[in-house]
Amino acid sequence: MTQSVVVQVGQCGNQIGCCFWDLALREHAAVNQKGIYDDAISSFFRNVDTRVVGDGGSISKGRISSLKARAVLIDMEEGVVNEILQGPLRDVFDSKQLITDISGSGNNWAVGHKVFGSLYREQILEKLRKSAEHCDCLQCFFVIHSMGGGTGSGLGTFLLKVLEDEFPEVYRFVTAVYPSSEDDVITSPYNSMLAMKELNEHADCVLPIDNQSLFDIISKIDLVVNSGKLGTTVKPKSLVTSNMGAVTKRHKKPFDAMNNIVANLLLSLTSSARFEGSLNMDLNEISMNLVPFPQLHYLVSSLTPLYTLADVNIPPRRLDQMFSDAFSKDHQLMQADPRHSLYLACALIVRGDVQISDLRRNIERLKPALQFVSWNQEGWKTSLCSVPPVGHSHSLLALANNTCVKPTFMELRERFMRLYKKKAHLHHYLQVDGMEESAFAEAVSSLSALIQEYNELDATKSMPVPDVPRLSVAM
Amino acid sequence: MSIVTVQLGQCGNQIGFEVFDALFRDSHCSQGLCSKRENEAYQASCKERFFREEESGVPVARAVLVDMEPKVINQTLSKAGQSGRWKYGQHACFCQRQGSGNNWAYGYSVHGPKHEESIMNLIQKEVEKCDSLSGFFIIMSMAGGTGSGLGAFITQKLQDQYSSSLKMNQIIWPYGTGEVIVQNYNSILTLSHLYRSSDALLIHENDAVHKICAKQMNIKQISFRDLNQVLAHQLGSVFQPTYSEDGSFPYRRDPLGDLMEHLVPHPEFKMLGVRNIPQMSENSLAYSTFTWAGLLKHLRQMLISGAKMEEGINWQVRPPLSGLPPLGKMSVHKDLHLNTSVANLVILRGKDVQSADVEGFKDPALYTSWLEPVHAFSMWKTQRAFDKYEKSAALVSNSQLLVKPLDMIVGKAWNMFASKAYIHQYTRFGMEEEDFLDSFTLLEQVVASYGSLGP
Repeated sequence: MTQSVVVQVGQCGNQIGCCFWDLALREHAAVNQKGIYDDAISSFFRNVDTRVVGDGGSISKGRISSLKARAVLIDMEEGVVNEILQGPLRDVFDSKQLITDISGSGNNWAVGHKVFGSLYREQILEKLRKSAEHCDCLQCFFVIHSMGGGTGSGLGTFLLKVLEDEFPEVYRFVTAVYPSSEDDVITSPYNSMLAMKELNEHADCVLPIDNQSLFDIISKIDLVVNSGKLGTTVKPKSLVTSNMGAVTKRHKKPFDAMNNIVANLLLSLTSSARFEGSLNMDLNEISMNLVPFPQLHYLVSSLTPLYTLADVNIPPRRLDQMFSDAFSKDHQLMQADPRHSLYLACALIVRGDVQISDLRRNIERLKPALQFVSWNQEGWKTSLCSVPPVGHSHSLLALANNTCVKPTFMELRERFMRLYKKKAHLHHYLQVDGMEESAFAEAVSSLSALIQEYNELDATKSMPVPDVPRLSVAM
Repeated sequence: MSIVTVQLGQCGNQIGFEVFDALFRDSHCSQGLCSKRENEAYQASCKERFFREEESGVPVARAVLVDMEPKVINQTLSKAGQSGRWKYGQHACFCQRQGSGNNWAYGYSVHGPKHEESIMNLIQKEVEKCDSLSGFFIIMSMAGGTGSGLGAFITQKLQDQYSSSLKMNQIIWPYGTGEVIVQNYNSILTLSHLYRSSDALLIHENDAVHKICAKQMNIKQISFRDLNQVLAHQLGSVFQPTYSEDGSFPYRRDPLGDLMEHLVPHPEFKMLGVRNIPQMSENSLAYSTFTWAGLLKHLRQMLISGAKMEEGINWQVRPPLSGLPPLGKMSVHKDLHLNTSVANLVILRGKDVQSADVEGFKDPALYTSWLEPVHAFSMWKTQRAFDKYEKSAALVSNSQLLVKPLDMIVGKAWNMFASKAYIHQYTRFGMEEEDFLDSFTLLEQVVASYGSLGP
């Protein structure tokens, strides 16, 4: 079994990270009734005897003593991390795995990347190495950060390069929160653009998320919950939106529900690697199957169902609805419509009491309405994990490598150009040591090249499938 | 003589368990419809082939379990152990932490060389516990990374190290509509390598087995376990003991040797398929009766028309009357294409088996011209019933049946290869485009060879 390390950077990254650890604990507590430290838990947690001073406290088997998250928390302000350390999750984090500063990055990518990057490089490296040493077989780094700010965006992408150099064999999966169009940070287009270049070059896989989509999903759920139309069909205490029963009993913060969705995404992504099932899928298989060309590694995700259902044995009609929803644009975690764009590849990660025939039936049913690229007409990767998420009997995570990400990138470029043409706020960046104006030009050109790739693929949409002549053999 | 089974990857291990379970349950079944002495001889023969004794008295499967990640093997070992009836050897498995990522190149070029010694040692230990080795039975899928890539590597090593023993690879073809996106690449690489190093490829397609579960067994929510159990039943009907022809020892001694001898007369033609009838749910079984004539008629038509199950057989396909040239129109119509065979083996088990008439299978029109039916066709039988079926008939066939599926896989892989999609995932582990081209060339040759069998 392999382990993963979560690196949460900046305010957004740490808040999502916090939700993730809370959920992970709950999930493992629900599955692991006997309190034995097993391979599944060890994928995200260490087992430590806290009475031992120094490093020697790791326990590899037997009863759970004290669980420590395999995490590195980085923020250039203290507020968020301090809150975490004072909150109910404080014992889950190893105080030695934190890097904080006081002044913050001022929503400036250059400060995050160049200033704090060079300042904290050694420390970051040391913490990462430590966390890697604690793993038998480290498979993946999950990096969580926002794109629009300064720390997450700048320092988060700085450490991608560090990870690539120091741990070339370990996968780098980035969960990046893109700014929505009403974002209040004026410089967010600059930060996002500069960060994009780093993601293009140094990430194995990126799961773009945007706040607007998360907000819309939460609103929809709230609407149904509050309208009282539910009857027995919706449990308001589902893991997706609710903190009930959580370790943390803090007041509901505005982003909590939204962060919970992202946390669920990460748990579902790794479910088949942690728990057993009839068709397992490890993290290295995600990269292998969903990234046909190295630059095209942006995956649009959708999670269903968002409501729990009362019955345990769901008649196929309801189960099928779960599959249909996964392809609707209202369930995507970013503003995208995969149904009307071109699929390069698609993965369906199913959890719970679902069998191969249910999966096949739904693929056959939904396939005709979806457009796949000509060289990958049957581009489906599937996995079945027996263990459902807490509070649900089954769930589905769909990951799509689809040209529907293009509009988001194009809009980003447009917003960037509006600022850049007027050189607005540029001096804040250029006055940072090591930051050149060429960085901006390079970033735009990197994004434009990516958009061009998607354009070329889209152009093949209406064309008939090319008939590639086969090798002919002499008889 | 004994068979050592090597179970590779998730698929190989999940199926392997069902196979041993099916073999064991059948051999201890009380409804053998034969004398006690007969039953005991059957049991002993099955045991010699597939199980060995340990001090505890619980039979141990002659198997080596290999996987690059631990979850499936752990499950498999515990399932076997829990049954209390049989189990796997304590030290018979090899496991790593991180899987092969559905990457054939990773399985073949990284895991293979790295773990060659350990795995071959395990196999050697199991071989040493056989009095006499018939050969190896390697269970693997084509779509993933471990079964396919590491499976191809290990088969090659087995050929090097045990050159006088036979190897049969049980290969699972994935569903046509993807389980794994790069399954077609993994498949062509696996098949081309195995074609060079294996003696026979026994092929099961998930799509076909799925249909059997749906239409014949009437299972509503089909799970992989259901598929695997149907498959295990089919394999059991082939590998369980049958009488030897010369009557020297009641049951055949060398199952693999006999299979190869009868079914693989030419190295260019190695692909075998299995059909087994009747196959139905236990409930329906209680209400059905069968005659050998009926079963054999169906089985023969399944062979001729290329059907993979009893339901929906196309009765329009007919062989031309012997001596007359084939009707021009008939051979052109795709649906009426006669499935030409290189060799066939019919295995009959159950009541009144000696009255079964297999003359229909000896029609020269069914076979390619370069083999006489007397050499191309063989039959094995035993009156001991199999798995509670009063009568059961299996057909192992080396015929054109698998050409179309193979052709489709090659076509899809070629299409993807032309765009170079995913190639970087393979080349980063030492493979080159040349390796792909070699595989394509070999398989196009196989497709062409099988295609030319007909009149």
